[in-house]
Parts: sequence; structure tokens; C-alpha cells
Amino acid sequence: MAKILDMPKLSPTMEEGQISAWHKKVGDAVAVDDLLAEVETDKATMEYRAFDKGTLLQILAPAGAVVKLGDPVAILGAAGEDVSALAAKAGAAPAVAEAKPAGEAKPAAPAAEAKPAAAAPAAAEAKPAAEEAKEPAAPPAPVVEAAAAEPAPVEAGRVKASPYVRKLAHERGLALRGVKGSGPNGRIIARDLESLTATAAAAPAAKSPAAPAAAPAPGELAAPEARPLSMMRKAIARRLTESKQNVPHFYLTIDVDADPLHALREQINADLAAGAEDGKALKISFNDLIVKASAIALRRVPECNAQFTPEAILVHKRVDISVAVAVAEGLVTPVVRDADTKSVIAIAHEVKELAGRARARKLRADEMANGTFSISNLGMYGIDAFAAVINPPEGAILAVGQVRREPVVKGDAVVPGRRLTMTLSCDHRVVDGAVGASFLKALRGLIERPMQILVG
Amino acid sequence: MTVMRYREAIRAAMMEEMERDSRVFLVGEEVGHYQGAYKVSEGMLERFGEKRVLDAPITESGFTGISIGAAMVGLRPIVEYMTWNFSAVAFDQILNNAAKLRQMSGGQLTVPIVFRAPNASAKQVGSQHSHAMEHFYAHIPGLKVLAPATPADAKGLLKTAIRDDNPVLFMESETLYNIKGEVSDDPDLLVPMGKANIVRPGKDVSIIAWSRMVHVALEAATELAKEGVEAEVIDVRSLRPLDETTLVESVTRTHRAVVAHEGWPYGGVGAEIADRLQRLAFDELDAPILRATTLDVPMPYNAKLEQHVIPGVARVLENVRAVLYRS
Repeated sequence: MAKILDMPKLSPTMEEGQISAWHKKVGDAVAVDDLLAEVETDKATMEYRAFDKGTLLQILAPAGAVVKLGDPVAILGAAGEDVSALAAKAGAAPAVAEAKPAGEAKPAAPAAEAKPAAAAPAAAEAKPAAEEAKEPAAPPAPVVEAAAAEPAPVEAGRVKASPYVRKLAHERGLALRGVKGSGPNGRIIARDLESLTATAAAAPAAKSPAAPAAAPAPGELAAPEARPLSMMRKAIARRLTESKQNVPHFYLTIDVDADPLHALREQINADLAAGAEDGKALKISFNDLIVKASAIALRRVPECNAQFTPEAILVHKRVDISVAVAVAEGLVTPVVRDADTKSVIAIAHEVKELAGRARARKLRADEMANGTFSISNLGMYGIDAFAAVINPPEGAILAVGQVRREPVVKGDAVVPGRRLTMTLSCDHRVVDGAVGASFLKALRGLIERPMQILVG
Repeated sequence: MTVMRYREAIRAAMMEEMERDSRVFLVGEEVGHYQGAYKVSEGMLERFGEKRVLDAPITESGFTGISIGAAMVGLRPIVEYMTWNFSAVAFDQILNNAAKLRQMSGGQLTVPIVFRAPNASAKQVGSQHSHAMEHFYAHIPGLKVLAPATPADAKGLLKTAIRDDNPVLFMESETLYNIKGEVSDDPDLLVPMGKANIVRPGKDVSIIAWSRMVHVALEAATELAKEGVEAEVIDVRSLRPLDETTLVESVTRTHRAVVAHEGWPYGGVGAEIADRLQRLAFDELDAPILRATTLDVPMPYNAKLEQHVIPGVARVLENVRAVLYRS
């Protein structure tokens, strides 16, 4: 018996996902665990794999469609099975309203309007048919019903809203088209308007691709290029706004002698190169050494390895360091687990591997979750110093600049030297100035006498 | 104020009005020497004598017709049926004489009469004796239909009914006769017809009920409060005339309504209320108005099946959750 496949929860925080690509076509056979589609979540592009076998009978959410969690994306069943009733139940054309190709909206409208009429009798007839088909060995049946009970997605045709909602919309000057109804058959009910204030702000941004198409009046400023918000961009916007608005940040900066660290790194990389057989030697970076140094410092000053909750401060017993990695659309923060117990080489390997997969957007959600401290390094971009935004719910983040060559005072002489500036952003609810300072003091000690990093 | 039972409140109303107005008399099966099938008229024969407390033979059609005639010529009868089910035998008298004569006589005749009896389900009295008859009678222009839920309203409304110059049908309940409540001792305190009573205020949903179902609705509201839902419970009290103003005001606050009543759903008073609300408060509705009613079948005798057919707290909750889109 055919069943509706819905948008699964592929990251702990996702509320919707965008179908990046379908890997199966309608008519393709699907085996358990086959890759059906790739879904862009707020965190990463995730693989949507099949839980059941069958034939892909219909794709309800084409590539590019943004689909809410639990809303239908496709129908899976036996080859040749009639899915019209099921498709009607699923709402026929989910998320079309939000699908990327805006140009298609117009020509599609008459077809969409024709749908409800055709779909209604089909849905009415579907009940007995579905019941007849309920074989003893048909566990998918409840799934289908559950899916049918889900709020239907917004249709391109008539806006269904309760009379009260229409009154409120009129009073508040709200447009109901595009508002997702949570009532039966996608009916917009009063509850749906409560969240509208929040989504209203996002809506213009989502619709803006169409806006520039309207030609600007002559003599007006050229319209900016509107780039639709990716899921990642939305997540960055939401989380960092939340952080800056809610977390009382303060900043502590140190400038350390980086000559010893530089010398150590040179030595290690030379040794690694000499020991490599195929010439593809691993090179450790300043950042790898700083990750390890920070992990040791956090073990010494565990108050910096903590997070705030309204009930208590949680002081972590693990040192899991989130490493910010720039990717094409923004940044992600894969986590190096138990960095305090790993060797610099192990960390170097791990960061390299995680960053590679981050750029390919192949990180799993759990690989980006539950860090206890973050490090962001913009040294490779020539940045001397900066202050980073805390990555909630962590209590602090270390912003690392580049190793600068400059004249330094050694003894009584000015000599060529290397300096490194690091800024710690602290959540003042967790980390006070003195605590942050003692962490930085420990870190300075480790970096200026870096052998400890190797043995710590 | 005196705490008394519902049956005592009805008796008090009748006795006070009979003291006040010598034209008022009580007639019905077993109302005199047997002291009332449900002991509502206990002591009344002794107090007022056989001229004013009349035991009738088992001929509802006959004593209803005679009483309507008495009303036409100036008396003010109270006709008690053993239950409203038996009024079916006298339906022609009620429909064609009581309800019509004032209009057909061009106002020359009035029919100041009260018909009263227990109504709707009792306990295992079978399909023929469990009817909610208010729905039949509220359909008829020319009749007034009252269905109080409390002793205080029973007394106050019955007094109003007896003083009214038109036929009033008074729906009591076997299951309410024993409930107690505070009742005013003031012989002139009347509860007006056509005025609903908000018995529990709330902002999330209006539960509209009368008679026994008011108590069921209150129980449901207590249950809903545990879920954080503030249900407003309205005791309609007067089914015709209907206080649409109070109902519309309530729904304007809550935007959702469930009508809870005994009796079948098809074309009942609940359907009438749903019509008024959708017509008069259309722009306030966030959900279709639903009804929690007796199931659309003849009442089964089997005790478990009977409890399933009668609307209870569970059915009210189910409908309330549906209009809140929580189910």
C-alpha cells in the first residue's frame, strides 16, 4: 500500500528543509537505505535515505521546495499503484508557494485551481478504498492516516481561513495568502496569526527574488540583488542575533610571544615531512596547536568550560572544542571531542577531515552539536585581532588572529619577533573577568612555552 | 435564602403562586393522593384541597384539553405529566390548541397555562421514556420552553411561567430533582425568561448547555482548566425565547462554541443555536460550532449502551478539543 514520505527531522533544530536534489526519479525502485534526496537543513545538507522499499510513485516536493517538518515530500508504494487519492490527501502540491522558481507561479495557477474540484471526490472515494486495501500485514496504514491528518500545505488557490481570522486580518491589514494554516485542510485559524508577527519579518525576504523583477522607476536607485536566505544563513541569523541580544558579552585580549610556537611548529612540520613516505605529509597549523593549548587551559580553568542555564551553571567535564570553519554559504562549527586528551597530530587530522566535510556540506548534525568552547581563527585572512560572537549555549569563544612579524623588545634590544593576539569573548553570566583572565594566563603560558602543549 | 432540593424549589414556586392567585391549580396523574410520582407535589393536596390539586386519569390528551379550555376561560392551570414522554399523547392539544388559539382568535383568547414534567434521560427507562422533548416543542411558535438547571432557577422561572399569559412548557429532570441549592425565600423574586446565565466565565471556548447538561459542562470545564483551557459555561435556561445576545457576546470573546444538550442532533435546539451564532457572530468564529448531543439512535435499555448514547463529559471534551484544534 502506498504511503506518504514526509520531511524527516535531519537536524535537532530544523523546522523546515529545502530539497536540494532528488536522487530517485518517479518510477525508480527504492531499496531500504537508498539515497532518496538531499535536504538542506539549517545545519548542513543531509541525506534523506529510504526507510522502506518500494517504487517512488510521485514527488510532491520538487527540488528547491522548502518543506516544513512532517509535511509530505513524496509517495512510495508498489509500481503501478493508483496514488491520486493519496496525493489529494497530501494536499497535491505542497510548498509550491515557497518553491524557488517564481516564474512558474503564474501559469501554474489555473491548474492549481482546477485541483480542489478534482481532488475532492477523489478524497471522498479514497476512504472505502483505503479501508478495503487494509490487509492484515499492512503496518503503513496508520502512517498514511497520520500523514493525512497533518495540516495540508498552502495551496495556490483559494485561501482557507476562519471567519475570525479574516476579521483579524482585515483589522490588522495582514495578507493571508502564504500564511500556513494549521487547521483542517490547511485552514488558517487564529492561532496561526499569533506566529505571523514573527514570520512576517521573514516573508518579505523570502519573496524578494520576485521584487527586483518589477522594473525600478526611471531615475531611481538600482535595486539591490536579492539573494534568497539559505537555511544556513537563516540559522546563522537566528542564533547569532539570539546570542548577541541575550548573552552579555565582554572581551579580554592578550598579545603573546609567538616565536616559540612558530619554532615548534616549524620543527614538527619538518619532522613530519621528513618522515613521510609519499611526500604527502600532514602539516599541523597554528590553529591545531591553539586548539590543544586551549583544551589544556580549559582543563586548568574549568570555569571557562561552562554554560549558563537559568537554574545552574553547568561546568562541563569534557572539553569539546567547536572549530569555526568558513564554507561557501557561511560558517559551521564542527566539534573536536575531548580535545584535551588528543594529541596535536590527532587534532590536526581531525580538524582537517571535519573541515573538508564541512566545505562539502557533509557533516552530520551531531558532529556540530554540543561543543563546550569555541575557537575562531581568522589568521589565515590576515586579521590581527577581532572579537567573536559566543556560540550559544557555550560560555566563551576564543578569537585568534594571525602570527605577526614585528619588532619586539627582548632584554634591552629591539629584535625581529613574532606576536599573536587572541581575544576571549565571555558570557558574563558564567565567566567573570578574573576567571577569563586566568584562562588567558594559562593559555599564554602554554603558547609561550609550547612544549607543554605536546605533553599536556 | 434557604438550601433546598430542585423538587422542593418547584413545589415552593407552585405553592407560593397558588397562595398568591386563586386561579392557579395543579392537575396531573398522581399529583394528589399519591403526593406526586416524583414527590414534587408532596403536601399540596392537604394544603389546597381537591378543587385545586386534581388527580387526573391516565388520559393526557383529555386533561390537557380540559386544562387548555380552563385557561381560555380565565383559570391558570399547571399541568403535570408524569414525564414529558407522555405529553406525546397530548401533542395535538399542545400544538393545535395551546399554541394556536391566541393567534386564531385574533387575540380574543389567551392560554395562560404551564405544562411541566421531568424531561430527557433518566436511568434505564428505555427508548420510549428517555426523550428530550424540548426540541419538539421549541420548534413551535406560540410556545415558550424553559429548562432550568438549578433549584434557584427552577423556582424563579416556574413563578415567571405561571404568571405568564401564554403557554409555557417547563422541562425538569429526574436526575436533577435531588440536587440542592440556595433558593430565595422572596415570593416575588422572578427569574426572567429569555435570559441566559454565564455560570462559569472563560475566554477560550463557550460551552452552551441547559438542564442536566449544565452540570456536565461544568465538570468538563474543570477538566479543561487542568489543561489550561478556560471554558465559559452558559446556562441557556430559556430555550424559547432564546437569549441570543448573551450567546453572541460570549462567542465574541471566545471565538469557539460547543452546544451540549440531551436529545438527538438532527434539527434540535443546538442546531438552532448554531444557526444563530453563525449568522450573528460569523466574523468571530475561529472554528465551526460543534454539538455534543445524545447519539442519533433510539435510547438503548442496556445500561452501558445507554451511558454511551447519553452525552457525558467525554463527549463535551472531545468537541471542545475539536473546536480548539487540539484533537
